[in-house]
Amino acid sequence: MAATTEYAIECRKITKRFGSVVANDQIDLNVRYGEILALLGENGSGKTTLMNMLSGIYHPDSGSISIGGQEVTISSPADAMRLGIGMIHQHFKLVDVFSAMDNIVLGSQEKRLSPKVLRERVLGICQSVGLEIDPDKKIYDMSVSEKQTVEILKVLYRSARILILDEPTAVLTPQETEKLFAILRRMREQGCAIIIITHKLQEVLELSDRVTILWKGRSIDTVVTAESDQRKLTELMVGRPVSLQINRPEPENVSTVMRIESLFVNKPDGAPALGGISAEVRTGEILGVAGVAGSGQKELCEAIAGLVPVQSGQILFNGENIVGKTPAQIIDLGIHMGFVPEDRLGMGLVASMGMVDNMLLKSYRTSKGVCIDRKPARALAESLVKKLEIVTPGVDTPVRLMSGGNVQKVLLGREIESNPSVLVTAYPVRGLDINSSYVVYDLLNEQKKRGVAVVFVGEDLDVLLELSDRILVLCHGRITGVVDARTATKEQIGLLMTGADSQEVAS
Amino acid sequence: MDLFIKFLVAAVGAGTPLLFGTVGEIISEKVGHLNLGVEGMMSIGACAGFMVGYFTDSFLLALVASFVAAALSALIYAFLTVTLMANQNVTGLTLTIFGIGLSNFIGVYMLERSPNGTLKLPERITASMRSIHIPVLSDLPVVGELLFSYTPFVYLGVAVALLMGFYLFRTRTGLNVQAIGENPASADAAGIEVSRWKYINIVLGGGICGIGGAYCSMIINGGVWISDNVGGLGWISVALVIFAAWKPQMAILGSFVFGALRILKYYMPKSVIDLPVAFYDMLPFLITALVLILSSVHESRGVNIPANLGNNYFREER
Amino acid sequence: MSTQTGYMSREPLLRVVKRAEKPTRQIMLLRAEALVFALIAGGVFILLIGYNPFEIYGTILSGAFRSKMAVQATVKVMIPLLISSLGVTLAFKMKFWNIGAEGQIIAGAICASYFALYHSSWNHVLLVTVMFLAGIIGGGLWGLIPALFRVKWGTNETLFTLMLNYIALHVVNFLRDGPWKDPGSQGFPKIARFDKNAALDKLLGVQIGWVVALALAALILFYLRSTKHGYEISVVGESSDTARYAGMNVKKIVLRTMFLSGAVCGIAGMVQATGSDITLTNAVAGGVGFTAIIVAWLSRLNPVTIVIVSFLFSVLEKGSSVVQSSFGLSTDCADVLQAVILFFVLGCEFFIRYGFVVRKKGGAA
Repeated sequence: MAATTEYAIECRKITKRFGSVVANDQIDLNVRYGEILALLGENGSGKTTLMNMLSGIYHPDSGSISIGGQEVTISSPADAMRLGIGMIHQHFKLVDVFSAMDNIVLGSQEKRLSPKVLRERVLGICQSVGLEIDPDKKIYDMSVSEKQTVEILKVLYRSARILILDEPTAVLTPQETEKLFAILRRMREQGCAIIIITHKLQEVLELSDRVTILWKGRSIDTVVTAESDQRKLTELMVGRPVSLQINRPEPENVSTVMRIESLFVNKPDGAPALGGISAEVRTGEILGVAGVAGSGQKELCEAIAGLVPVQSGQILFNGENIVGKTPAQIIDLGIHMGFVPEDRLGMGLVASMGMVDNMLLKSYRTSKGVCIDRKPARALAESLVKKLEIVTPGVDTPVRLMSGGNVQKVLLGREIESNPSVLVTAYPVRGLDINSSYVVYDLLNEQKKRGVAVVFVGEDLDVLLELSDRILVLCHGRITGVVDARTATKEQIGLLMTGADSQEVAS
Repeated sequence: MDLFIKFLVAAVGAGTPLLFGTVGEIISEKVGHLNLGVEGMMSIGACAGFMVGYFTDSFLLALVASFVAAALSALIYAFLTVTLMANQNVTGLTLTIFGIGLSNFIGVYMLERSPNGTLKLPERITASMRSIHIPVLSDLPVVGELLFSYTPFVYLGVAVALLMGFYLFRTRTGLNVQAIGENPASADAAGIEVSRWKYINIVLGGGICGIGGAYCSMIINGGVWISDNVGGLGWISVALVIFAAWKPQMAILGSFVFGALRILKYYMPKSVIDLPVAFYDMLPFLITALVLILSSVHESRGVNIPANLGNNYFREER
Repeated sequence: MSTQTGYMSREPLLRVVKRAEKPTRQIMLLRAEALVFALIAGGVFILLIGYNPFEIYGTILSGAFRSKMAVQATVKVMIPLLISSLGVTLAFKMKFWNIGAEGQIIAGAICASYFALYHSSWNHVLLVTVMFLAGIIGGGLWGLIPALFRVKWGTNETLFTLMLNYIALHVVNFLRDGPWKDPGSQGFPKIARFDKNAALDKLLGVQIGWVVALALAALILFYLRSTKHGYEISVVGESSDTARYAGMNVKKIVLRTMFLSGAVCGIAGMVQATGSDITLTNAVAGGVGFTAIIVAWLSRLNPVTIVIVSFLFSVLEKGSSVVQSSFGLSTDCADVLQAVILFFVLGCEFFIRYGFVVRKKGGAA
């Protein structure tokens, strides 16, 4: 069958709405076989939505998709697979209790084969692109990069020729990222079409042949990577020229307010999450926390906030040990702690309640009597709306109906209004657009200037390096180093994230 | 000794409706749908099986009717929870109330119109439901009685359980089905038609429960219709799923143990232990509660329970 | 690639899409439509078995209201239903699947009956007060048992509360056959009728339980909306992580709320036994605990709506008994109709946030 076009995928005028939100607005995109296309755009620009339509998860409201020159309708992931499209989602789509092998063959239409034949087939694919895997290992025993390998194998096993990767490097160390890129380059040589979603400019420049930039749901430009640079791409991505610079005021009146001493914390299933860490948290400075996802960041934050049981160790707040105390008891000691958890709507806020009731969450106990007093909460909610320019139909509208940026403003605003002396924030800009992210950075800096000890758990090393004063690096529940953010480099932190000792890194 | 063998044989019979209920519910839970409507589906199967048997005098037709009617009622549940994404707990409970109500309603309706005020299955069908007699085998001492002296329901139940065990754990389709209960988004991304298999399993599971219901109405009371003939066996079945660790083969053992509990009162010699009848009636429920507690104490990280049990799936959820 | 480019797929006929949440007025309208459809479905069924649906529905309505006595009987049906619906609401608001209302009603009734049977000579006001408290404690403890295991080991409360229903039922059977057997019943196992002194008083021709029920509705409305406890229940129901984050003692809240949930159901049992039945039978709950779940869910856990819905359901129950006497159709039709209504309302919830899109003509492939 003669191809009428050289393109592997050609999308024309794709539009997709979610309720009243237009996620994709008349998007055009194309990619050739033997090419890597980077899809660049900030959070909420519609990258994932577009790719989900190619992989059959969503269905476009209008527009057309052609695969190899033939116009097609992709109404399910099975359709996408039959068309040779394989997608590796940001949140892996694996069945935890199955082995790697079972996950790889899952859902394929072929006849049942003997385990021996299957194994040979999988190992053959591994060899051809340079992957390594133990086919019998269960997913729940695997590291993040192993899981990603299984995802890639799943796609290759179905001999997909078009590969879509949604932010594949977000959970990888710089070294693992390099390995992945090598595999992708090999696949390109073998004639695959690859689309990679990312918002890390460095990776775009390093890997891709062309870049398509999305902005607020529209495809605004496609450029050849070799003819572009970081500044140009950034301008296209945010829609206006911006300075990459994040403001970093000099710390003042620095003194240690909280001291963590050989802290051990276990996960609910009994596996160790924190293996004896010690650190200092100081007033008037921002302490960045870096690490591959799941290195113990969550447990560290929750241990400080008094939410998880601590096996051993101490958290001394101005000399007072708060380990073993409940959040209520910590408040009773006169310690004001602000905590912006990673899961905003599942932990920091009550999704179905309005702003007023959410303001009460940590303070409802302080009023007298059996009844709840909503008056001060309403006043607080209204003042926050004005101060932080929160967009909401009303202070009683359930917060789940608000946009991600506004939800974060509600949560951060409430925590700041409680006048904390320590403010712990876990991934506070995740999922936020650039403007909202800068609002968050400004709020954190403001707190730092007021003398608050700010802890900032982040994932983007560039942001960590520009915002923090010191960066604490976690790996497998241990601290592998604490570096000065003004002098440290990304490579240095990357090595610490993989578990290299700080002395080795320095030398 | 003789009494003991009789006791075992009776236990197998008494456990048979539980076996159908448990296996049916396992099939449904494996795709992530906790169907609390087992009691209702069994009631509907009980009613359909009895009435069709009463009018056609055909055991086979009665079985088919109980399967089909209960499967149709499971279809209501499937439509509401799979397509319309309604709350599984409430939908299942409603199905139970609906099923018991409908079964009793039709029963009363028929009773009012029967010539002598009772409904009793005709002789030919009762004969065909009697214990199968296999020449030579059934006549063996002890073994014959223990293995080859049951009603067709018993053999059918064991066969269904083994077949379903094979389906879930030995076929590629079974692997796909299990993936749906574990993580429907992953199954979907792997190209498995999630909704389709959910429907198939829920409806199939409902039908199997229905046959268990037919046992309740056609065997337990000697072929005479009474109201509320399932009498809580459906609920015990739901709990037995946990006891069986979501494995149909294990359900065979579990059902027969609970069958033994149900008939203990007739076989426990008064001279050994003399307990009130109400206590024996309570026993299966008491033990089930204990099983629930023990399995929760024992269970460290949900080894067998389908990880996505009780949650509905919508592909475009974000 | 030739095998793949030849592949064509057709867009499915119906596709589910998520929509912006509908405004409250439209949601109410949607539910009203669901109710109408449910009545139509019920009507079709009545038609199928050879009766005139208008006649049957008419009989249900007139049966519940045709006389002062009929209205009083309807209210009498409503008392335990309203109270236990309020009881399960407390637990449901916390997403604790208490389907053990049936057992908690029985437990409350058993405890109250003890005093009615063996201390009937006490001063009437004292006796009624003690029976009321006994009902609270009996139902409350019966509700507390599953909660204890839930907070300690995470034991599945849905099945546990259910098993406790049957256990409570057989406790009544045990008392009936043995210790509490009426010696005057000539061998027939039943519990004696309570002394007149132990029976609840009447107000406007109906036992005083209806006042208790309405008072409880107001009390629980206030408790859920305006107290710290009510706020805590809502937060725990939404997410126990959030509750932990807010410094709430989740275990304590679960135990307290389940005690209260059971206690309210216990009151229903006490009121039913001492106000309506004037004895204890194993039918004291008689399925009310299950119907209460339907009522609570249909009312979206709103106490005011619960009053209305439980009244309408009582009309259905009472009316269906008239249908039984005049048409020979069993009262079970009330259960069936209630379930059908809930089926339709459950189904209609879908359309609040989702919708179907029909394939455009020729748009596919």
